[in-house]
Formats: sequence, C-alpha cells, structure tokens
Amino acid sequence: MKVLRIISLGVLGLVFLASLLADVVAPAPYSKQYREAPNAPPSRQFPLGTDELGRDRFSRLLYGSRVSLLLAPAAALLSTLGAAVIGGTAGYWGKWWERMAVTLTDLFLSLPWLFLLLTVRALLPLNVSPLASVVVTFSLLGLLGWASSARVVRAGARSLRSSDFVLQARAGGCLKRRIFFVQILPNLKPVLSAQFWISVPAFILAEANLGLLGLGVAEPLPSWGNLLRELENYSAVRSNPWLLAPLFLLVAVVSCFQILLSGEESFQ
Amino acid sequence: MWMNRLAKHLLRILIVVLLGGFLGATLVRLAPGFGVDERELDARLSEGSIQALRKARENERHLWHFYTRFLANLCRGDLGTSRSLGRPVAELLSDRLPVTFRSVGSGLIIAWSLGLALALPAAGLKSSAYEVFSTVLSGVFLCLPAAVLALLFLFIDGPSPLAIGLVVFPRVFRYVRNVLLDARALPHIITAKAKGIGGFRVLWWHILPMAVPQILALAGVSVSLAFGASIPVEVICDSPGIGQLAWQAALGRDLPLLVNLTILVTVITLTANLSSDLAISAFGAEQL
Repeated sequence: MKVLRIISLGVLGLVFLASLLADVVAPAPYSKQYREAPNAPPSRQFPLGTDELGRDRFSRLLYGSRVSLLLAPAAALLSTLGAAVIGGTAGYWGKWWERMAVTLTDLFLSLPWLFLLLTVRALLPLNVSPLASVVVTFSLLGLLGWASSARVVRAGARSLRSSDFVLQARAGGCLKRRIFFVQILPNLKPVLSAQFWISVPAFILAEANLGLLGLGVAEPLPSWGNLLRELENYSAVRSNPWLLAPLFLLVAVVSCFQILLSGEESFQ
Repeated sequence: MWMNRLAKHLLRILIVVLLGGFLGATLVRLAPGFGVDERELDARLSEGSIQALRKARENERHLWHFYTRFLANLCRGDLGTSRSLGRPVAELLSDRLPVTFRSVGSGLIIAWSLGLALALPAAGLKSSAYEVFSTVLSGVFLCLPAAVLALLFLFIDGPSPLAIGLVVFPRVFRYVRNVLLDARALPHIITAKAKGIGGFRVLWWHILPMAVPQILALAGVSVSLAFGASIPVEVICDSPGIGQLAWQAALGRDLPLLVNLTILVTVITLTANLSSDLAISAFGAEQL
C-alpha cells in the first residue's frame, strides 16, 4: 500500500508539474487553430491529434489539466474555509449559534447538490466569458460544497471545547475569540486538512459532470469537463481511441487522490 | 417516543420547505430579467395598456408579497408555469416524475444489491485477493464522472438505471465494508471467533445486528446521491425524467421550474431520511 501511495504521489506530482509548465511543455497555445489540419491523427507535431477546429489536443489537455487541477483545490479551500468558520464557530460557541449553524448545514445537506448547482448556475448568464465561467463554476462548487465538511469540523470543535487546555485558557481569563483562533483552530488543522483533500477529487468530478452537460467552463478555455465532450461522438471515439486521453488522465488523477485518501473515511 | 420523533422530522421537513421556498422565491425575484414582459414590446398596445400590465406585476416586485403568493399557490397545488416550456410545472412533474422514480428506484436496488454482495464477503473473508478485487472494482466506478458512465451506457445501449446504480454502488460498498470491518474488530466478536464460532454465524448473528443501524442511516443519503446522478444519466441517455427537465430548465434559465424541482427533490430526500431514521428506531438502535 505504501508503494502504491508513493506511485500515486509521483503521478500527481508529474501531472501537476506538466500542467503548471503548460506554457513551456505544450507545443501550441490552447486556442490556436491549424485550419489546414482539422481532425488530424496523432503525429510528431500533434501528439494527440487535432480537434474539428484544428486545435492541438495535447496542448488543450495540458492547459485543461491546469484549469481543473489548480481550481479544484481553490474551490476546496473555499469550501474548507466555509466549513471552518461555520462548523468551527458552531462547535465552539454552541447555544443559539450552533443551532442556527446546524439548521443551515442540514438545509444544505438536504438540498441535492447537483440540483442546487444547476439552480444557482441558471441564475447567471450562460454566455459569460471563458475566464468568468471558470470563476463562476469553481466558486459555486466551493460555496455550495461546505456543508458535509462543516458537520465534521463542528464535531471536532465540540470535542475541543471541553478539552483541558481550553478550560485552562478560559479559567486564565483568555477571551473567547482568542481561544478560538489560538487554541481551537490550530487543533482543527488535521480535520480541516482531511476535509480539504477529500473535497478536491469530488470537485474535479463535479466540474467534469458540469462540463459534459455544457454548464461548466466555457470554450475556448479547456478543462477536463469540456474536453470530455468529444466523447459524445461514439463513432469518432471508436475510430480515434486517443480521444479517450482526457478520460484516462481524469481517472488516473482521481484514482491517485483516492489511494492517498484511502486511510480517510471518504463518503461524501 | 415514536410520535415525538415523527413530529420533529415532519417539522424539519416543513422548515426546510419554507426556507427552501423562500430562498427559491428570492432567487426567482432577483434573477436578471425578472418582471420583463415581452408584451410591452408590442407596438399595437397603447400607453394605458402598458401601464395596466406594469400595475398587474406591481405586487411581484415586493419579495414578501411575491413569496406569500408563491406559498399560497403552492398550497393550492399551483406550482406556476415553466417559462422555457410554456407548460404548467405540475403537469410537467406528473409526466416526468414516474420515469425518474422508476430509474432511481431500480438504480438504488442495483446499487444496494451490488454493494452488499461485495461488502458482506469482505467482512467475512480474510482474503487479500478479494480485498484488492473489491477495492479496485469500486474504485474504478468511484473515479468515473456520472456523465461518462452514462455515455458508456448510451454506447452499449445499456439500461440507464444500471448507470445510476453504478454511480451509487461504490459509496454503498465502501461505507458498508468499513462499518462491517469496524464491527468485526469489537472485543465480543473477537472473543466469539476465538471460541471457534464459524465465520458465517459470527457475521449473521453478531456483526450484522451491530452494523444494521449505521447501514440504514446510509439509505437516506443514497437516495440523494441517486437523484444527483439522475441528472447527467437522464440527459445523456435521453430519458424524459426530472433530471433531464432540470438540465433543460438550467439551459433555458427557467428558475421557477428549477426551484420547484429542487424543493421537490429535497422533500423526497428528507422523506427518505425520515424513513431510514424511523427504521433505525424500529431496529432498536438506541439500545445498542
């Protein structure tokens, strides 16, 4: 298992690095069209061929990986921060604030995630600029995905509330706010970190689902979600199996996350 | 005790519906383009007629009036009219809901059958080969987006409920397996095994009764997961259920329809949670 984890870490590191260095590694910019070579098969110039608009698939895959791999952790950070604020304060402050936070958390957990996401996404214009669509998609994922983490964080904060060192700090006249920031939050770090890493693959998959439904990142900016839309053409996939490359990369990355998280309870 | 629990849950469902309704009404009210009436662009209308149209919508401008009217209509079973499809929402739901109920129901049966069939031997057997096999099998489905699974089923002309089942199954399997393995490590189970009681008997008489309440708790959550999976599956497999309707509403920016759909699925999820909670009580979880 340890070897598997090391391999997973290596694969993740490699994919992260390649996507970060997309400007250097990619043979072409993601939106550059080679109009003389649409739907070209893999070659030395185009390692994964070109799409129907003549754009290099390999370059788009690298840039798409960058979008998905950088912004999914950003969304996870947003949701973990939300969980820390709502769950942490609810668990520590207790009383009416805790009841309110629990009701809000239960409300969010009762609302089916994808339905809620579609509803909020529908509020915003569909023809937004590519950059805005990236921000909208991942912000929504981050802002709507905090509830399950908040529940775990609240449980952690509740148990810390009655711990000896917190009681001692309170007896010493330490302010509640100071205890929260100095004593409670640092001790919640392992819980928050676990919730962060659990959220990352979940957000990668959510973006892929939204992208395939046409509600994710807008073209021409690539992401794993909109790259997977090429799979909708079955006859093309059968004759051009390299179209499966984004799917293989997505599955490999999410699998690596799952292997690294295998010690954690990852039921979301 | 039972009545108290039931009343508490029903109250919770009511609060969630009221809160969800209010949030939904706020979304609809604040959506760009709200209150714009295409009829005002009709050049044949006089200024007086345009003013009359505007006056008729005056009440909708105040959020509170809008919400109370929304609630009053909801109580009468009037869910409004879909903007994008031009049909009453209640009519659309009655057409589409049975399709989703069938596919989600079948998907859940498949998910639970597969999940339990794989997890029970994992708790009984101590075979590392089986452990690797079951973990890899569930891991593959856990790493695939629901929409990709749906595409796969579209290509092989497979039944769409099976795609929903395969989205939910790995979660069921992993959770049930973990619960069973935790129960297997309890001291009285170890003692029972040390005394030579057979593996099947230990599983059936000692491990399962300990694990059933926790497994039942998952039942409600799995309903929510299955409804979530129904959106990409119904869209891609062209199955005319409420998942496809929600997608069409999102593309058409039909918020009244989306809000009603979200509230409806929330009520179904809460009812499923209530049922699983009552089942746990019936099983005597509190005594355990």
